[in-house]
Amino acid sequence: MDAFTTHTGVGVPLRRSNVDTDQIIPAVYLKRVTRSGFEDGLFAAWRSDEHFILNQEPFKAGSVLVAGPDFGTGSSREHAVWALMDYGFRVVISSRFADIFRGNSGKQGLVAAQCSQSDVELLWKLLESEPGTPVTVDLTDKTVRAKDLVAPFDIDDYTRWRLLEGLDDIALTLRHEAEISDFEGNRQTWLPTTDPLPAV
Amino acid sequence: MSRTLAEKVWEAHVVRHGSGAEPDLLYIDLHLLHEVTSPQAFDGLRLADRKLRRPDLTIATEDHNVPTVDIDKPIADLVSRTQVETLRRNCAEFGVRLHPMGDFEQGIVHVVGPQLGLTQPGMTVVCGDSHTSTHGAFGALAFGIGTSEVEHVMATQTLPLRPFKTMAINVTGSLGEGVTAKDIILAVIAKIGTGGGQGYVLEYRGEAIETLSMEARMTVCNMSIEAGARAGMIAPDETTFDYIKGRDHAPSGADWDRAVEYWKTLRTDDDATFDAEVTIDANDLTPFVTWGTNPGQGLPLGATVPDPEKIADENERVAAEKALTYMGLEPGTPLRDIRVDTVFLGSCTNGRIEDLRAAADVIKGKHVASGVRMLVVPGSMRVRKQAEDEGLDKVFLDAGAEWRQAGCSMCLGMNPDQLAPGERSASTSNRNFEGRQGKGGRTHLVSPLVAAATAVRGTLSAPADLEN
Repeated sequence: MDAFTTHTGVGVPLRRSNVDTDQIIPAVYLKRVTRSGFEDGLFAAWRSDEHFILNQEPFKAGSVLVAGPDFGTGSSREHAVWALMDYGFRVVISSRFADIFRGNSGKQGLVAAQCSQSDVELLWKLLESEPGTPVTVDLTDKTVRAKDLVAPFDIDDYTRWRLLEGLDDIALTLRHEAEISDFEGNRQTWLPTTDPLPAV
Repeated sequence: MSRTLAEKVWEAHVVRHGSGAEPDLLYIDLHLLHEVTSPQAFDGLRLADRKLRRPDLTIATEDHNVPTVDIDKPIADLVSRTQVETLRRNCAEFGVRLHPMGDFEQGIVHVVGPQLGLTQPGMTVVCGDSHTSTHGAFGALAFGIGTSEVEHVMATQTLPLRPFKTMAINVTGSLGEGVTAKDIILAVIAKIGTGGGQGYVLEYRGEAIETLSMEARMTVCNMSIEAGARAGMIAPDETTFDYIKGRDHAPSGADWDRAVEYWKTLRTDDDATFDAEVTIDANDLTPFVTWGTNPGQGLPLGATVPDPEKIADENERVAAEKALTYMGLEPGTPLRDIRVDTVFLGSCTNGRIEDLRAAADVIKGKHVASGVRMLVVPGSMRVRKQAEDEGLDKVFLDAGAEWRQAGCSMCLGMNPDQLAPGERSASTSNRNFEGRQGKGGRTHLVSPLVAAATAVRGTLSAPADLEN
């Protein structure tokens, strides 16, 4: 994962609440077995409407999405995060994120910045009245800046640290391998196993 | 110190406590896999030259992509076929038990785990699927994860997690005739909203929950995610133990006695406190249906389509306006007047034997309305066989419904079972999102009883409407 400290890019106002992951990327795009190239599925149904924000200049080149509350609800598909990142987004700003989406973002290096709804409204007004306004998201001091607007955002400290350092979760956990083995040695005997097969 | 059920299960699985902002490291007892969210995780293992740590705590099935007809033929959609074949190759390479299409235990991952007896009280269960919350019905801490976390569990059998907050959902009283677990959970979501459970584990409790069967409890816990909660739980009791006993992977002999003794401790202590509490009176509930494009946009069947202009909150008003446009509905229309094209009975929410029995009981001796198609899709091949042994297939076929093979089917648009643009369904599944059942499709979430009655009348209906 690449480290993230600060990012400046075109802000995209998405005036919708409850943007579920089926809207971010419909299930039909989840059939692939690869890890890249999901940008064509991003907001696929909405993008077929020429008036949709991502079909407008200068928002086509957006990299900071400013969305309504309850962003990323529903399905656990990490493809939603991949689609946003493959398209070019580095940050999503919302006043409330669904838990799984927030977790998936943190694993992939997409910053899910939680701002107050009033700051989201100010950002929407600014980006709509002055399209193309650059938005800077600074993870070191947890602020969003656009023109004169300075908005603080929340992100949990551990995720922030991992993003700033660009650290891989699995490698971090494997440092505690001995403790995992100890735990395994003390599990209850009645717990079920699944009849695994011999690995090839 | 007194603790809630969720806190007890959490504590029993902490491999190491995080300090400061660092999360706890939680051990995972069971990892369920399916074809959609696992290929990139297996790839990640291979790229990093890591092993699957515990194939014996991992099991896979094919569900999202599979067709529910002609399952003896290769999957026609080449992309779907590749995904299913990739799962087969990965399972063979890493030694994971897989239940493929045609296998007696194949089916929706959340039907398969419980039917094999792999889901037990007090366990931690994860899957790259948000409806993993289903398994919480057994008093397990079960939740959906993304593909990065799938890879993490494969490599370490653990997950780094911050503790959840706890919310009690007290369902007092008792359910009336024709009112089901589905109506309970749709009413809960309408009450607390699609974001109301964010950051929480919900514990469903109270008289109305205690009297539910295991199948009904799974329906309730299944849709916890639709209220934004990662997990839902119900304390295990005799109903739970009776369900598990004798299943393939259930403990036996002295292990059974020790397990039950432990399982009986898995209850929220009397003096424990929850971070939040919500109460719903089951006596007030009637059949519930959704009118909009998120599961929180639901009302009793006797209501009318709401008027967005009367909604005070601006975000909710805009959302309601967009939903009604998408759904093609006018404010003030009685919900009972809404005509459907398709009825879908199935999914990890309502594809179990009890759901099929309940719907069959309503539809027996009647016929699906002209112009309506009804798909009946058992949650697993085992459920299908059980239903056929009871003659339920014949009831549905005689009524003009289609009797299918097991899979996720029309719950999501990943396999051939989809709505056409503009088509409207009454569906026992869990999500009424735009395009969920097929591009442009319009979904009303309902219980199996409402689904069956709707199939007969052609408009959203309860079984009581068939008697008039």
